[in-house]
Amino acid sequence: MAVLTAPAATLTAPPRPRRRSTRRFLLVLNAISVAAGIAIWWVLALNGFQFPTPDEVVMKAMALWNAGILQEDILASLGRVLSGFLLGSALAIPVGFLMGWYTVARGLFEPWIQFFRTIPPLALLPLVLVLLGIGEVPKVFVIFLAAFLACVISTYQGVVTVDKTLINAARVLGAKDGTIFVRVVVPASTPFILVGMRVGLGSSWATLVAAELLAAQAGLGYRMQNAQLYYDLATIFVGIVLIGILGLVMDRLLLLAETKLTGWQERR
Amino acid sequence: MTATIPTPAPRVDGSAAKISVREVSKVFPLKDEQFVALDRVSLEIEDNEFVTVVGPSGCGKSTLMNILAGLETPSGGSALVDGAEVQGPGPERGVIFQQYALFPWLTVRQNVEFGLSVGKVAARERRERADHFIRMVGLEQFADALPKMLSGGMKQRCAIARAYAVNPSILLMDEPFGALDALTRVTLQEQLLDTWSKEKRTVMFITHDVDEAVFLANRVVVMAAGPGRIYDIVEVDLPYPRTEDVRLSPEFAQLRNRVWTSVYHQTAGTHAATASSSTTTPTEK
Repeated sequence: MAVLTAPAATLTAPPRPRRRSTRRFLLVLNAISVAAGIAIWWVLALNGFQFPTPDEVVMKAMALWNAGILQEDILASLGRVLSGFLLGSALAIPVGFLMGWYTVARGLFEPWIQFFRTIPPLALLPLVLVLLGIGEVPKVFVIFLAAFLACVISTYQGVVTVDKTLINAARVLGAKDGTIFVRVVVPASTPFILVGMRVGLGSSWATLVAAELLAAQAGLGYRMQNAQLYYDLATIFVGIVLIGILGLVMDRLLLLAETKLTGWQERR
Repeated sequence: MTATIPTPAPRVDGSAAKISVREVSKVFPLKDEQFVALDRVSLEIEDNEFVTVVGPSGCGKSTLMNILAGLETPSGGSALVDGAEVQGPGPERGVIFQQYALFPWLTVRQNVEFGLSVGKVAARERRERADHFIRMVGLEQFADALPKMLSGGMKQRCAIARAYAVNPSILLMDEPFGALDALTRVTLQEQLLDTWSKEKRTVMFITHDVDEAVFLANRVVVMAAGPGRIYDIVEVDLPYPRTEDVRLSPEFAQLRNRVWTSVYHQTAGTHAATASSSTTTPTEK
């Protein structure tokens, strides 16, 4: 059936730009920049600044690892950030959907969210410590709050900005509200949710380290706080570098999930 | 101008037309006044007729289509399909939007299957029907591609396949080729007529392109703005299939000039509907 035969012009998909060589060039530049940064650090450390040299930091990290302290700290920190972040996102997504879909929910939740959004979660720590004691709960709670607030706003934005034409297209194909929600609103707002989760993760990580500096018996923040008392600069450096690396790895994992889940988006 | 080919069969039994718009008004409240998008518009469209609606912006042509699609409700009057009042959208009325409105996270095949899976059609039949209409619009090589890989013309062909897949008896098309370049437009017009002649449906096609309106239609409805109303109806007695010869014929040029004058030289507030068919009721303010 050669009915709607396509002309050659419309059959060709838009050409994909060749980016591989540019990407490789960027990676080379990144590597040069990192190496140069470490070199400058090294030179400064050897010329009277009170820094430990990079090799001292690496040695210190190995010593801490061999003593089993580093693993314990990493596990403690990651455990807190992941439980707080997962709980926060898990609650934020349904609440964000409710706010976007039902005016009543929006009217009820919005003032609280807008109010707590202006307070850094850490500022609630003194109160939370008094109310919830000094165990794991208060720290997980402030991280939960940080992740929740970042993610809920973004999910809500995602739901209210779903293209009305897509909803109408689903309606004229016979879809009712429930189907439209599951098959149109949820996938259409996924990009917003994932952006919210990335922001939430960054915010959780920052809150965690600060919370550990204030009140903890283990964790990377606690280790640095402790090292400060003994003027142990190498341990502080180990903490800073690890916090940076772990934060980066978690962000990249979410970015990977984002590319996998929202690869259908048209990039302009 | 008298209609000869193809004239809707006159109804002797008094049954309702396929689409029947009776004294439909639509008023949008503005800050302190009201915007009258449609002022007592009446129009009948027969089964398997191809009607194009053309007019300046603000004449209410999209509002009229949205009312028939069930996406908007009239402020007054009634819109009937198969003799029954329109109550919300329904699968017997397929809609094709100017912005394609494909679900970007679904492949071409999944898009075409969407209405079928909503209608609980079994997976195997769904697949067969989707493949049939994907072939009909010539997208079989792109069945598993995402919309972002398609050009504008291909996206609109996918949207046409998606609308056809749920087997509607009416197709409502809102400036479907409006965002395409002139060459793609002409190709898609010919392909649409080809599809229509093989899978007959009642079509209401909105456009602001006079050539397109005349080329496609059995009947061109010209609307006027402020308030939105039907200004003129032109019967297009050109034979199908409409080939390039038809497009370049003096008869086509004559009809085109007629519609052009109706669209671009409208006299305010009155109807120049000298040849308006008996199915329209001119509404005077």
